[in-house]
Amino acid sequence: MAVAKAKGKVEVLTGNYAAAWGAKLARVEVVAAYPITPQTTIIEKLAEFVEKGELKAKYIRVESEHSAMAACIGASAVGARAFTATSSHGLLLMHEMCWWAAGARLPIVMTIVARAIAPPWTIWNEHSDILDERDTGWLIMLAEDNQEVLDGVIQAFKIAEDERVLLPVMVNEDAFILSHTAMPVEIPDQEVVDEFLPPRSDKPYILDPDNPFTHGNLTYPDYYMEFRYLMERSMEAAKQVIAEVDEEYYRLTGRRYGGLVEKYRCEDADVAIVAAGSSAGDAKEAADRLREEGYKVGVFRIRFVRPWPHEEVREVLGRMKAVAVVDRSISFTKGGILFTDVTSSLYGSTPLVHGFVTGLGGRDITVNHFVDIVKKVYSEIEAGEKGAKWEFYNVKWEVLP
Amino acid sequence: MSAVSVEKIPLTVISLPSKGSMGKTGTWRTFKPVIHQEKCVKCLNCWLYCPEGTIIRHEDDSVSVDYEYCKGCGICANECPTKAIEMVEEG
Repeated sequence: MAVAKAKGKVEVLTGNYAAAWGAKLARVEVVAAYPITPQTTIIEKLAEFVEKGELKAKYIRVESEHSAMAACIGASAVGARAFTATSSHGLLLMHEMCWWAAGARLPIVMTIVARAIAPPWTIWNEHSDILDERDTGWLIMLAEDNQEVLDGVIQAFKIAEDERVLLPVMVNEDAFILSHTAMPVEIPDQEVVDEFLPPRSDKPYILDPDNPFTHGNLTYPDYYMEFRYLMERSMEAAKQVIAEVDEEYYRLTGRRYGGLVEKYRCEDADVAIVAAGSSAGDAKEAADRLREEGYKVGVFRIRFVRPWPHEEVREVLGRMKAVAVVDRSISFTKGGILFTDVTSSLYGSTPLVHGFVTGLGGRDITVNHFVDIVKKVYSEIEAGEKGAKWEFYNVKWEVLP
Repeated sequence: MSAVSVEKIPLTVISLPSKGSMGKTGTWRTFKPVIHQEKCVKCLNCWLYCPEGTIIRHEDDSVSVDYEYCKGCGICANECPTKAIEMVEEG
């Protein structure tokens, strides 16, 4: 298959501007949003696009994130391509409406700038906010860099609107690490994106005053489960759609991300680092450095947390001697959220799984941390350790009361 | 396996407008609106404000109540400018 040479202009963009560019190129028709740090510059940039006439969209200013999602639900239900963005407490306030959007099967796309949750008050990165949404029925994608944020928003609409899916999609960028840090980003030509992403179809339905109906009404116990099963079936089908969309995007732009997961130097690895979001980049650098020292290390980047890449986890991580799961979230007494999902998928297989809860509230996870983590796991392999365990990593134990 | 045809459900719940899909909701009522026609000035406030569409508007703009579906919320009585609607406890 011929792959198009990357064509488009390269600009130095923050993750937030990359998200706004993604939405603009996707020709979103409705933006309903409420500002919150560190998301605000996404919707500011979109407001600028609309104001300058560069994006033909209805921009709805609302009084809360709950209303932002409610407005997107309304817009999407009448057939518009709807977009919003939020973060942390804004996402928590929106939580109820997130369930409505998914249950109503509306292909909304939302950028999340993952930020820790107060108290104590914080604005820095963590994944607890977005991973709190993992059971809502939204697809959840975590980008590693700003280019993937832009490409991810465009891909997300294509995935969400696919008739086999018809579920909303969240595209995550890490607070400040991506949102406010600039890097060169290729902005694809509008014609390329138009070819990839045609206007929205009339699926799943379009509300029409001349032919009135409502959606989401009271459903008795004799049918509710069937509607939940249909969501499960679509989420499962989304795995294939995600792979197809990634390949089609590659043909048009020369860029692809691996679909559900990205496997970096995993083929001959003994130990895999599991990471999601921006820290996966540091993990790759650590893997390169460790390989120079003779350690056979790979990085298994979880790109989609939902749908969960169960088959890939079993196939790739199942053959490792050990797996180090580095989480930016904590489910108290149970470990990181990726750790719990990885261990349940690996049930019955042999690798040692060691979870590391770290980087909470924006604490850096550096290349050296990943190197240290991998060496720790190697010593555990040599000691013959089995099973699964987890720990808080990089904690100032000396300040604890 | 018997070839019984089963109606397929849509992707999500879709409801078409239909009368009384929740049953005869008039049975929920504790207080019933009674219209004193001699006080009615045909302003149609009750017809506009009724959240259930159970005020029946006649050709001459006089009104009556569809007691099969009126839940007795009393909004019509509250909105009536001439106090022509009285809420009477069900017997």
